[in-house]
Amino acid sequence: MKVLLRNPRREQYVTGPKSVNALLDALELPREAHLVIRNGTLVPGDAALADDDVVEIRPVISGGC
Amino acid sequence: MVAPASKCRVCKEPAIIDLPRHNANFCAEHFLELCRRQVVKAIEKFDMLSKDDRVLVAVSGGKDSLAVWDILVELGYQADGLYIGLGIGEYSDVSGEYAKSFADERGLRLITIDLRSEYGYDIPTAAKATRRVPCSACGTSKRHLFDKAALDGGYTVLVTGHNLDDEAAVLFGNTLRWDVEYLSRQLPVLPARNGFPKKVKPLIRLTEREMAAWCIVRGIDYLVDECPMAVGNKHLAYKAALNAIEQQSSGAKASFYLNFLDNMAPLLAERSAAATDELGTCTSCGAPTTSDLCAFCRTAEKARAHEPVPVELVLSKGRRRR
Repeated sequence: MKVLLRNPRREQYVTGPKSVNALLDALELPREAHLVIRNGTLVPGDAALADDDVVEIRPVISGGC
Repeated sequence: MVAPASKCRVCKEPAIIDLPRHNANFCAEHFLELCRRQVVKAIEKFDMLSKDDRVLVAVSGGKDSLAVWDILVELGYQADGLYIGLGIGEYSDVSGEYAKSFADERGLRLITIDLRSEYGYDIPTAAKATRRVPCSACGTSKRHLFDKAALDGGYTVLVTGHNLDDEAAVLFGNTLRWDVEYLSRQLPVLPARNGFPKKVKPLIRLTEREMAAWCIVRGIDYLVDECPMAVGNKHLAYKAALNAIEQQSSGAKASFYLNFLDNMAPLLAERSAAATDELGTCTSCGAPTTSDLCAFCRTAEKARAHEPVPVELVLSKGRRRR
């Protein structure tokens, strides 16, 4: 699947199918600090992502200073 | 083989988000309902706002400030926004556009202040001139201008979008240093007194992940990119540490901060009141301060005397230091 990442913006291909949580774990991204969006819709941690999906992994942490 | 996706705890429709700290999943409708309920709970428990208040929301163009503005308007509060152009290169230009678009699309009033054109300096220059980290000059400038705009505009309450993660991270830092003065002032409501407006934080019961999800579900465009000057700051390190704990123990961040408010803050209340009673008046601008010149006027004076510094110069220096 095509995975869009932010900060910095980049793209990465990951083999599916995979759950959202498995995808985050594979990319070593903390679940509490990210959301996953598929076709403009949020998906929960156990949602299945197919090999032909395009997903965005959005970081949610801000400096807050 | 991947397991079928989870269902909403309330209606059993497909979930859009899992919230381990609530041991539950929610569909869009019931997730929004949960967020509204958490904000109402914070407002009522700490007596933050009434429907008669004239509310000013400090807006950055990021998820938290736009979300809190959205929620308050939805709940029926009279809330205007305040955006400050900090002069942090393209980051400030884009963040201002998000704030303006949000207000325009909803017919809301947004007050804007531009630090460079109205006060003669910007944050990169202030950081260089004061030889302090950019977040320090930024915080000093924003706090002063938020207070001034609220008082000048006749607003009864100033709202900021600090969320549970922000407050837990600040508490973590204050606790690591056992900074009792800062701990005593880390409250979700600071009452109006001594030239300060009342300040409240209605998002203290909601995490950053929940606020980002609120914006996505509500179709709010916000600035996702991190402030270039905040990269590598201590606050982000504290958040990462707390998220590592949260991963192992769901609800740890909420317990840490909300139990501090319930169990520890009352013990520090007397100290907090004493600190705010000892303030004098800035000889330049009249703001409350502990010295002749307030921190804002000291920062502005040094920054105005310095040649303008492009944001890239401050960033490259910060990176070399790390």
